[in-house]
Formats: sequence, C-alpha cells, structure tokens
Amino acid sequence: MKFTLAWLKEHLDSEATAGEVAQRLTMLGLEVESVTDRGKDLGAFVVGRVVAAQKHPDADRLTVCTVETGTGTVQVICGAPNARQGMKGVFAPAGAFIPGKGIQLKKAKIRGVDSEGMLLSEMEMCLSEEHEGIIELPADATIGAKAIDVMGLADPVIEIKTTPNRADCLGVRGIARDLAAAGVGKLKPLIVEPVPGAYPSPIRVHLDFDEKTISACPTFVGRMIRGVKNGPSPKWLQDKLTSVGLRPISALVDITNLMTLDLNRPLHVFDADKVAGNIHVRLSHPGERLKALNGKEYVLEDGMTVIGDEKRALGLGGVVGGEETGCNEATQNVFIESATFDPVRTAATGRRLGITSDARYRFERGVDPAFLVPGIEIATRLVLDLCGGEPSEIVVAGAEPQWRRAIPLRVGRVTSLAGVKIPRPDIERMLRALGCEVDGEGDSLSVQVPSWRADIVGEACLVEEVVRIHGYDRIQPVPLTNPASLPRPAVDTNQRRRGIARRTLAGRGLVEAVTFSFLSAPVAELFGGVPPSLRLVNPISADLDAMRPGLLPNLITASGRNAAHGIADAALFEVGPQYAGDKPEDQSQGAAGIRVGQTGDRHWAERERPVDAFDAKADALAVLSALGLTPESVTIGHEAPAWYHPGRSGTLRQGPKTILAAFGEIHPRVLARMDVKGPVAAFEIFLDRLPKPKEKRGAARPPLQLSAFQPVARDFAFVLDSDVPAATVVRAARDADKALIGEVRVFDVFAGAALGQGKKSIAVNVVLQPKDRTLTDQEIDQVSEKIVASVTRATGGALRT
Amino acid sequence: MQDVPKLRSELLAEIETAADLGALDSARVAALGKKGRITELLKSLGTLAPEERKARGAALNTLRDEVAAALEARKSALAEAAIDSRLQDERIDVTLPSRPERTGRIHPISETIEECIQIFGEMGFTIAEGPDIEDDWHNFTALNIPPDHPARQEHDTFYLPGEREGGRMVLRTHTSPVQIRAMQARKPPLRIIVPGRTFRCDDDATHSPMFHQVEGLVVDRTTHMGHLKGCLIEFCRTFFGIDDLPVRFRPSYFPFTEPSAEVDIGCSREGGGLKIGHGKDWLEILGCGMVNPKVLENCGIDPAVFQGFAFGLGVERISMLKYGIPDLRTFYESDLRWLRYYGFPALHVPSLVGGLEP
Repeated sequence: MKFTLAWLKEHLDSEATAGEVAQRLTMLGLEVESVTDRGKDLGAFVVGRVVAAQKHPDADRLTVCTVETGTGTVQVICGAPNARQGMKGVFAPAGAFIPGKGIQLKKAKIRGVDSEGMLLSEMEMCLSEEHEGIIELPADATIGAKAIDVMGLADPVIEIKTTPNRADCLGVRGIARDLAAAGVGKLKPLIVEPVPGAYPSPIRVHLDFDEKTISACPTFVGRMIRGVKNGPSPKWLQDKLTSVGLRPISALVDITNLMTLDLNRPLHVFDADKVAGNIHVRLSHPGERLKALNGKEYVLEDGMTVIGDEKRALGLGGVVGGEETGCNEATQNVFIESATFDPVRTAATGRRLGITSDARYRFERGVDPAFLVPGIEIATRLVLDLCGGEPSEIVVAGAEPQWRRAIPLRVGRVTSLAGVKIPRPDIERMLRALGCEVDGEGDSLSVQVPSWRADIVGEACLVEEVVRIHGYDRIQPVPLTNPASLPRPAVDTNQRRRGIARRTLAGRGLVEAVTFSFLSAPVAELFGGVPPSLRLVNPISADLDAMRPGLLPNLITASGRNAAHGIADAALFEVGPQYAGDKPEDQSQGAAGIRVGQTGDRHWAERERPVDAFDAKADALAVLSALGLTPESVTIGHEAPAWYHPGRSGTLRQGPKTILAAFGEIHPRVLARMDVKGPVAAFEIFLDRLPKPKEKRGAARPPLQLSAFQPVARDFAFVLDSDVPAATVVRAARDADKALIGEVRVFDVFAGAALGQGKKSIAVNVVLQPKDRTLTDQEIDQVSEKIVASVTRATGGALRT
Repeated sequence: MQDVPKLRSELLAEIETAADLGALDSARVAALGKKGRITELLKSLGTLAPEERKARGAALNTLRDEVAAALEARKSALAEAAIDSRLQDERIDVTLPSRPERTGRIHPISETIEECIQIFGEMGFTIAEGPDIEDDWHNFTALNIPPDHPARQEHDTFYLPGEREGGRMVLRTHTSPVQIRAMQARKPPLRIIVPGRTFRCDDDATHSPMFHQVEGLVVDRTTHMGHLKGCLIEFCRTFFGIDDLPVRFRPSYFPFTEPSAEVDIGCSREGGGLKIGHGKDWLEILGCGMVNPKVLENCGIDPAVFQGFAFGLGVERISMLKYGIPDLRTFYESDLRWLRYYGFPALHVPSLVGGLEP
C-alpha cells in the first residue's frame, strides 16, 4: 500500500514529517517498506525556458539551446528531438547529480560548443524508461521554480506492508486513523453529503440467493448517472494516482481507483447502455463464460459470485469486471456498484481462476460493510464534479449484514496477557480513537467494534489493539526463568543419537551435507521407489517431484556435482528424515554416508586405493558402536537392498529380524543411471530401529574384570572352500572354549594355485586369556586341538600345514 | 721387570686411540684379557719377594683399575659417537606432508540448531518433533488459518495427493503444527522448541523450497508478553554474542498468535557490509506472539485458564547473519568447497559454558 504524506494529511491533522510518520507506522504494525523522498534527489532541478534553439554547427542531431533558468541564461547542448524554442523543460545546472545516469554534471564542450547544463528526460530523473525526448512542462510553469513542485513530485511517498488482518488500512483514511489513535495528529472528519436522486434508477438490482448463499453478496447498492462525459481526469487526480504508481486511464476509472485507495471502498462502474435489463447478482452457472476487463476469457466454475444482467455475466463480484460493460470515452450513462462480497468466496474464486486484482485483495480481507451508501455518495459527487450528469436515486438490494458485536475486555487482562499496566481511561481513549464504542463498569469493559474491523473477534484482539497503540516498546521484558534451578536435558534419546552419529561421522572424515527432502521420481526408483502418495502435486521442478525414500540418492547426486568441480573423492554424510508414506509413522530418521573414488590423494608415503565395502562397513560399525552397540551384538547378513553391488554388500543385524544398517558398494548400474563415476562405498543406518536404552539401568557399569595372568596368542591357518565366510571360522574358533578364548582376529586371507581350485586360506590369531593361573604347554596344546577340531567341523576345511 | 708407568701410558694411549668398539675390545684383551699384559704381570707377582710383591701388587692393581675406567669411558664416548652418527644418517625431510587423513565437518544448519538448543535448553525448553508431511488441519486449520484465509496465500504450499479427515496432505509450511501435536499430547505447563525442516513452493535468490525453523511454545497460567520479550531478547543477545544488542518488537499478524509481533535486531549497513549490533538499521529475524485462544481451544486447552507464547525463527537466516554466509541456496548444494569453508569441526559441540562458537 502506497500513499504520499500530503495525501495522508488530507485525513490527518498533523505536522509530522515523513520520517516521524514512518517510524510510528512501523511500531503500529504497519511496517514501512520504503519512504521515497524525491525532493532529496531531484530538488536541484528547476523549470527552464528555451528562449532560443539553433542547430549545432557540427552535429545534425544536436541543438544549441539558450535556456532561461530564473537565475540567469545559459547555453545547453541538447540531443532531444523535441528541444525547441519556447518550450519549458527541466533544467539541471552544472554540478547537479543526475540520478538516472548516476553522474555529477559538469560544464563541457560538446563538439566544440560550450554546454553549461542539461535539459532532462524522464529517464534521467528516474521517473520512467522514457529517454527519447526531454520533459515538457506546462506553459504556465514559473521559470526557476523547483521542477518537483511543478511536477507534483515533492510529496514523499510512503509504502507500507499491510498484514492480512488489517483490511481497514488498505485505504489512506484507515492509516490516518491508526496514527491519530497513537497520538500522531488528529483524524479529520469525513464529510459525506448525500446527493439527491433526480429519478428512480431504471436498472433494478436483484439478489438471486437463498438463505444459505446470501452471504455471497448480502448488500448491493447501485445508482444510475445519466449524461456523463468521460475523458481524462483532472491534473490533481492524475497526479495523485501517478504519485503512488497508478496509471491514469479515464475520469470514471480514476474515480473508482481513488475511492479504493483513499477510502478502501472498491466500486464498479458499468456502461449502463450495455446492461440488458436489470442486474441479477447470483451464483455462477458452471461453464458460463466471462470476458474480463483484463482481456482474458474465463470459464466459470460452480459457486462463484456473478454480477449479471438478464442475459449474461457482467462481472465476478469482488474479483473482476467484464469487458463488454466496461466504460470508455464514449460512455454516456453509467451504473455504479457499491457492494459487499463474501471474503471466502472471493478468495476461492480468485484462486480457482488465478485472478489477482485490487478488488479481490480487499474483499478477501473484508471491506467495511457499513460504508456502501456513504461510499456511493462520495463517488457520485466526484462523478458529477468531473464528468457531469444526472444521478438517480440509489437502489439498495439486501440488507447490511450483522456486524455489530460487543466484546468484553477486562482491564486486568491487558496486564495479565501483555504484561503492561495501562489505566482504564487510557484504554478507553485508545479504543475510541480506533472507532470502538466503550462502556462498562469497573474492571469490565464492553467494547463495540467498528464495522471496518472484522479482524477483532475476542478479548485477546482488544488487548493487542491497546498494547499496539500504547507501544510494544513500553512492555518491560521479564526473564523467562527456568522452573528447575539447573536445566534438565532438552533432547531425548533419538535426538541425542542423531547428534552422536553426526559427530562420529564428521570425526571419521566425512563432511555433513543437508540435502532436500525431495528428489526426482526416476532416481527414487533406483532406490526402491516411492508410493504415489509421496509424489508432489505441485513440485517446484521435475527433478524435485518425489519425497526421498532414503538418504543415499541425494548424496550420490551431490558427489557427481562435486566431481564436476574437480573433487572426485567425496566423503559425505547426512543425518535426517526419509519417507515411506504420508503418515507420521512412515517418516524415519537415518544416517547415511558415502565415500567415493580413492581413499585419498596420491601421497609420497602411502598408496591410495579405491574405496570399498569395508570402508562403509567401518563407518557403519563406528556409528553403531558410538551409539552403544557392542560388536558382538551385531551379526552380518548378506541381504543388502538392490541398489548395492550384490556381491559386495551386507547388512548389520541385531537378532534374526532387525536390520540396523546396510553397507557396501553401490551397484554399478545405479551409478551409471545417475551418471556418477564410482566406486561409491555407502552405508545407511536406520537410527529408529536401534534398541531403546533400558530406563532403569543407571550410568554405572558392571565391575571391570582384569586378569593378572599373561595372555597367550597362537596362529592357525585353515584351507577352506572359497565360499566359507570368515565369520564362520571366527565363531567356531571362539566357541571352541568360550571361557579361555578372549579374541579371534583374521589376519590373512589368500587364494592361489597352490591351494587348488575353489579353495582359500584364512589365518586367525587366537588370544587365550587365562583367569586364575598361567597356562601350561600341555593346556595350550589341548585348546589348540579343540580350536582346530571346532573350525574344521564347522567349515569342512582343514588345518593348513 | 716391566716399567709400570711406561706400560700405563702405552695402554691408555691404545684405549684412547681405539676408533671403534672392535679396536677398543682388542685393547681390552691386550691389557686385561687372559693373556693381557696386566694379567700376565699380575700372574708373575708370585715370583717376587714379599716386600716387592706388595708394592708392585698395589701399583698393578691401581693400573688395572685405571685401565678399566679408561676402557669404560672410551666405550661410552664411542657409543655416543655412534648415536650421533646414526642420528645424522636418519635425517628426514620434515617439510614433506604428513600421511593423509580426511577431515570431516558439521553443517552450519546442524551447528546453528545445536546453538539454539543450548540457549533455549538453559531456559527449560525441551525438544519436540513432528512429521514433515502434515495434514491440512494440523498445518493450517488448527492454527486458526481456515481454508481461503488470505494468510494461506503467503504460505506457498506443497501438496501431496493424499487426504486425511477431508483435508489435503501437505509438506508442512512451518514448524507450528508441532505446537498443535504437543498441546494435544500433553497437558500444560509446556515449554518446547521444535527444530525441523519446513517447505514452501518458492525458489529464488532469497527463498528455498526447503528450509529450517526453530519453533518455540510456552503454555502455562501466567506467562505474558513481558516474558516473551525477556526470552527472545536473551536469546538474540546470547546467540549473536552481543550483550547489548538492540532488539525491537513491533506489532504484526499471525493467525495463531494474538497479540503478534515481529522481532528486529539492530544492524548497520554502512560501508556496504552488514554488521549486527548498534547501527541505524533494523533487521527482521523472527515472528512471535501470545498463543491465540482459538488455537488453545482447538487443542482442548481452556484459554480462560492457560496462556502462553509461541515464536518461530529461520535457522538459515540467523546462521547467515551470524556466520556471514551470503547465499541461502548454497546451504543445500552439498558443495564440498562450501561445506569445508563454512562447516564446523567435528569436536566443536556448542555449549553455553564452553562457548557457542569455535
């Protein structure tokens, strides 16, 4: 919402400057977006008259102008085709700053002839893009006067952002009322002089609704004016509209725009000669068509408010008028509409048809339902003044909807809700200044809310009004004390686990990424796909049209982007949500990471190698271990999802069913489809599946048992079929004597011709940890035999000799 | 009879000139070995007269001790020299790069959220969470934003095909629906913050289709706007680390709060850059207000008894302001160059007592 300071002061008796007004508006909740004071930039320019104009001796397109500036006569070289003797223009003296060009003007020789200033175009004054010709000022402009005064630009323009609740401030008068309530000047009375009608309106208005639908247009006030002459509006009106960025069109259109901006009373003016019979306000017939004033044709849907005549739709109430019955230069007889339209229906109509208009913007926020008649009277007077004509009596269809309501307000509520004590007389004064009627006894007030404040519906709204006018800055801050003297943990187990996972992975050299929750459906297909319920109806682009089923796809895509920047060996992770459906329980939290390409850059001391499944396994195990799982409680499975390399992937399970994590190399076909160069070693941890810690177990750990006797280590190598998993060997060795065997480590794996086809060798180092005495050689030999027997039994292999 | 002083000088000279441990050992054998010169002389003592034997025995013993000490001293000297020589051989070029290790980073969004949790946690808030995919009722209607309310147009909403209880499924446009879930699940007093992902169908230089918010909600019997101001002023000053940071509350509108406010912090734009703190300008950083009685009612909480405040702040926005990150969209690009530059060390966990920033 834009207005000028002078316009504001038509309603507000005040000496306040633009700066003071702006500061107060912001603190009233009418946030000032900008204050444009063109006097600052354009103040140096004056009205100049070209007393002589001659062709430049050395340039065909240039004119040597002698300009009278009020303080003297100077010579100016001008390139504009309209520079000519006798005209008045905007003169910029040497030394002035030209905002449209961003330069400081200097005296100069142009093609050998002195130029001591400039005659300006609109572009040079930053008024428009127009730069073909120089500005021509009216013949009666005073030479030497400030150009901004003559051009009506001296008035500072203020632009505010209005929140959706403040429909009343979509007119300058509403803004003035708020300022007056806050003590910035006094609201001037609005004079409404009814214009007597000379004859009954030949056009009648029918509201064709039933009880259920009458809210669509409860009231419609109309009036015929015969014999108008529509043409350009007078300068004062044109200037007013121009000053806030509106283009003047014709007197009749300009009047409706003025009524909208000044008093927030949108009107519509029909060319009465094009209306067939009477006006019927009704709901739309599905499929009927309307050619709107914006030049587009719309096919109406069910439930839209139509202003029609006997034959057709003339316009959509509160949204847009029709082209056929619009006014133009030839219009002689008009019918003015001043009506109330339902905010919800207006919004729905506008949304469904995709129409935004000043009318819609206001009606969907709520227009004063008690200002229809005063509005049409003020508009009638303007039409008579500017276009002449003879008005009919007004026609009123329907009745003013019930808007009167009394809201109770306890004086003490202001203190208990807003934390500020305001005496009752002050509260009453502020509310009255906003247009409320206040009565009641003692602490209890009864507040009648004005017709233009549909947003005030309860006591809290009244408290807001009072403290808003009083000033939020006068509310004393009070510390929000912690109910306990020391804070309790703010995070629960799940949130804590995410934090630990994050810092563990970052500590292992992976870089945290935060990627979108969406991706493209074809990429999602590579990772298990998404159900139809997770396909966005209105995606921002085709590559962001599905909710992600997991965290890996976006990370892998990101590694491709990084490779394009020259970082081929990315190591990235993300901790965040993934989606299996649209129900709350379908969302789960995961931690996933990838390592791409080589383990590192080439280095003088250490060979880099391609990343592999064991890098991913280590990452996953590190996180699980940081989250309190012991390695013994996790078993390795082979059933990793399809996007992993089938022979180079696995799962980390707890018990037979719960898969805590998957890891491995990403399937080369998936990488090819994503256009990413591998290898990519990846893991996914399903954080929500981790066992919950037992509530009652405290932080204390069982006592540590340390043996005083030296451990003994022995190595064993077995020749096995090549498909025997190492885990089977380790488990069998450990099971040989659980009391004595502390640890079993695989330290060598190899396959070769010497072992035979389909065979491999696995060597383990077994640590024997006696608890009560030192082992004898005989005991060691016995355990060794048990280990060999256990492993060969479990694997069908043999001790390698 | 051999002359002891001469023998002494010969043996000591031999020891002194031994160039390595081998030569030194030869000298030892030559002097003190089974057939060494001193050993031989000591053996011959028995042939002497008692008087002479005593004097000569004493002299030889002294000589033996002296030679042994010289051998020991020379041995140490040679060992020292050997170490020195080894150290000389073992020199490396310490300017070579050390073995490679990868350095991870924490994303600024995670770090900023943790900073918020630290501050609000100190004030007794705990974290609540809710789903990113919401139904219309939780995201809008329960928050006093009925269908076709103008405020809905300001939420560029992503829709999903499903429906729940007659409303469409949406990607939550703010973290506020978690207020509703928390109030439905628990009775007051409530003091929660909700960090999380939010979504708007908007994509330009200053908007991203996904961003993060931290929502706050306090509901009890007595919390008023003074507490709201106290809480958020304290937050802003602690978060930005400026004890006297100007914080301004001005009236605004959110359907789910009444009265509503927007919060600005002081800043200066002089000289082109943006500096948080005292200055001529204000910068909007969050929205807040007293919980609208209708919202309490929608959650089955009696507004005649309970009241409180709510706020919502943009994580990326405060992160950008605090850490000087110029472009919103770069947060989600996963550009390693950016992540390494703006990210945080793994072990820097923000805390109030240990310091919020690294």
